[in-house]
Amino acid sequence: MKPAPFDYVAPGTVAEALDVLAEAGGGATLLAGGQTLMPLLALRMSQPFILVDVNRIEGFRGISHTAESTRVAAGTRQAVALADAEMKGAQPVFNLALSHVGHYQTRNRGTIGGSVSLGEPAAEMPATAVALGAEIEIHSRDRGTRRVKADEFYLGPYMTVLEPDELVTAIHYPRWGADAVTVFREVAQRPGDFALVGLVGRVAIEGGKIARAGLAWFGMGPTPIKARQAEQALIGTALSDIDPRGIAELAIADTDPFTDHHATAHYRRTVGRRIFARTLGEALNIQQAAA
Amino acid sequence: MSEHAIEVTINGRPVSGRVEARKTLGDFLRVDAGFTGTHLGCEHGVCGACTVIVDGLAVRSCLMLAVQADGAEVTTIEGLAAEDGTFHPVQQAMRDNHALQCGFCTPGVVCTMAALTADDAKPSEDQLIAAMSGHLCRCTGYQGIRRAIRQLTGQPTGVAADHGEHA
Repeated sequence: MKPAPFDYVAPGTVAEALDVLAEAGGGATLLAGGQTLMPLLALRMSQPFILVDVNRIEGFRGISHTAESTRVAAGTRQAVALADAEMKGAQPVFNLALSHVGHYQTRNRGTIGGSVSLGEPAAEMPATAVALGAEIEIHSRDRGTRRVKADEFYLGPYMTVLEPDELVTAIHYPRWGADAVTVFREVAQRPGDFALVGLVGRVAIEGGKIARAGLAWFGMGPTPIKARQAEQALIGTALSDIDPRGIAELAIADTDPFTDHHATAHYRRTVGRRIFARTLGEALNIQQAAA
Repeated sequence: MSEHAIEVTINGRPVSGRVEARKTLGDFLRVDAGFTGTHLGCEHGVCGACTVIVDGLAVRSCLMLAVQADGAEVTTIEGLAAEDGTFHPVQQAMRDNHALQCGFCTPGVVCTMAALTADDAKPSEDQLIAAMSGHLCRCTGYQGIRRAIRQLTGQPTGVAADHGEHA
């Protein structure tokens, strides 16, 4: 038993959970799947006074679709979302990214909302939310409900705009249409490890031109990073005029990678540049000369 | 710190206890309930040794609190073999293929494979190998475990079936 002592409550409804958070005055920590939080507790990097377990909240799980978007309730298990055939059809890049999250054993407990709201910069789910233009549905007792765009949600490593009394209840992913191509590539030391460099997104093509592009990096800065310059350069451009290597340079310009004992910032930029050009080129079926 | 009364079904038998909120399921299984077949390695979710089956799913018992298992059905390595000692098919495949040496990681590996093959599910070799990425084994180099996976998926292993009798 390694965590420091704490009180534990397991509310049965969202309203009860919001009450606890409002009254704890910042001393409470939310426990969802626990696959990131439990190690932090074991290492005593996190020492909450109250742990609020959201696993017993009624109706906190499930996926629903409309013509415009997909709503994933925050407590939906990663393994359940991954096995959902309708979800794979509606949100193919979400499914692909999710297959790289942790391991089979951790996906059985880990939740979509937990991963999105923790904001680990090298994790797949935050970057996927940013790339797809998702909105994060947030509730609090005293200030009601708000929705925050994923690209405005992350402030730094494990830091988000969430206030201590707020709870993420769902993530809304826009539907990109069946024709939009998927972009996904991750470089990690082993399957299930955090990415050294990762890229995720979708690109919609209409009449031979890029109509819409949503691309984000993970493991390439203090937060998931939206490749804004690359997106802007792509939109409106004819497929025949796209130079994936040129776009990759723009995408790298938006990153702010770090050096740690797994990889240097230089390595991340070098690999990022290569995987961006190659993955975008493959997704758009653009022939490129060998580098 | 809060304490909680819990009741967990372990290997088909109800076990009740009173636990500190911070006690992990792994510690509860070993220390309170006496099922020491569950091995705690890193205790922060990396090694996979402590994997058990909770409500049919393989999970790391160090990444779940005992209080969260209140009302759950847990299967540990002790609950897999038949009453008469006949091995579970996963245990048999591990034995037949020299898939363990020191045995520390083995209960977790077996629980993962048992969960994935339960109810006559037929996972592919690739699925089982991918699930092995959630376990560290420092003895076998994984080759014996890969042969056990081949046996579980009905493929030739390259190992004579009767070697165990003469070992």
